Amino acid sequence: MLAKRIIPCLDVRHGKVVKGVNFEGVKDVGDPIACAAEYNRQGADELVFYDIVASHEGRGVFLDVVRETAKQVFIPLTVGGGIASVSDMRDTLRAGADKISINSSAVKNPALISEGAELFGSQCIVVGIDAKRDGKGGYTVFVNGGRIDMYIDLIEWVREIQARGAGEICLNSIDTDGVRGGFDLEMLQAVCANVTIPVIASGGAGKLSDFATAFQKTNATAALAASLFHFGELTVAQVKEDCRSKGIIVR
Amino acid sequence: MIAVIDYGAGNLFSVCNALNYLGMAHKLTKNPADLQAADGIILPGVGAFPAGMQMLEESGLTEVIRTESKKKPLLGICLGMQMLLEKSDEVAPCKGLGLIRGEVHKIPSQRVIIPHMGWNELVITQQNCPLLHGIEAPIYTYFVHSYQAFCDDHNIIAYADYDGKIPALITDGGYVYGAQFHPEKSGEQGLQMLRNFGGML
Repeated sequence: MLAKRIIPCLDVRHGKVVKGVNFEGVKDVGDPIACAAEYNRQGADELVFYDIVASHEGRGVFLDVVRETAKQVFIPLTVGGGIASVSDMRDTLRAGADKISINSSAVKNPALISEGAELFGSQCIVVGIDAKRDGKGGYTVFVNGGRIDMYIDLIEWVREIQARGAGEICLNSIDTDGVRGGFDLEMLQAVCANVTIPVIASGGAGKLSDFATAFQKTNATAALAASLFHFGELTVAQVKEDCRSKGIIVR
Repeated sequence: MIAVIDYGAGNLFSVCNALNYLGMAHKLTKNPADLQAADGIILPGVGAFPAGMQMLEESGLTEVIRTESKKKPLLGICLGMQMLLEKSDEVAPCKGLGLIRGEVHKIPSQRVIIPHMGWNELVITQQNCPLLHGIEAPIYTYFVHSYQAFCDDHNIIAYADYDGKIPALITDGGYVYGAQFHPEKSGEQGLQMLRNFGGML
């Protein structure tokens, strides 16, 4: 059986981790490489590096962080933020990323998914989605960090993402993100029921049991969290122990 | 020195990063003379089987790999493992290196997600394999693939249970080893396997 994956996300700005605090044994909590190594030690199954500034000027510094991490941490690395072209994808992969995460750029130019999948393989292409309940029982897709409603139906969009050859979907709920009341299980399952590619749950984890609940109540194959792990409130090891005690297979 | 065969495979740099981290001397090369001079050979690989074989043939490497595999340890990783077998039907029928008896076909299960992507526990069938030295169960390794090996049980050191047996670590019984998973992306346990490979040289 495949293990369910627990994935910490590191938000990086100007080469430093944003919000990084309180890691025992990690002196510079803003140091992305040290944080990545600590997550690896805790048993993280993958890491996501997200460039929150994603400016052209800052690109080099960000990719240096990816490059250095890839030299020291030997689990899959996904890199996102500001990737808008095939050449951005190539640069990111060459820096040592195993997968690329695209979000707004995929909505604005869906061909980017198919082009990336053809050139680098489906396994490299993760499509991130920020979606919100539309108040009528459905969900719509937002871009630019969840700020702009594109009025695109979520279910139609995930089907298109799969048809274009994406390898995975990372589904973030705008409604639950930052609220810490748990993942949006209904939305997650609605997406899982409409695609066969793996779906990563994102946005809303607030307590230990939220992860196991997502795995028990939906077909999500992985769960991602940022601040919960950054602030040291929970460790990856604790989350896995809770899942394991509930009969969920984790590494 | 380990010769890491350079034929444009996607995971070349991850493999080299891991060897650097472990302090294992290696050379990225497509020069047959380097393979002859090396103490061991790693054949990495991500991508489609026919393209991989074509690149090996165009670099004039297939014969030297066959010859050297009788003299020194050879480790194929992912597609590099699949190319050790006799043939594959990925994209189109294509002959492999034929160092291990068996074939490569699409993962047959209709009930699981394909590609097989993520961490899967290994079921060890040959406990004394030197690659597994010092690694305690449960062993989880990272897989990304849609095609799998079909080979005899005596060639299988470990398999992954994914609604069926997926050969994960295979051998010809001599110097040739293949890993369907990515040891270079499988955390500490994967690194230990690479370290063990170094110890075999």
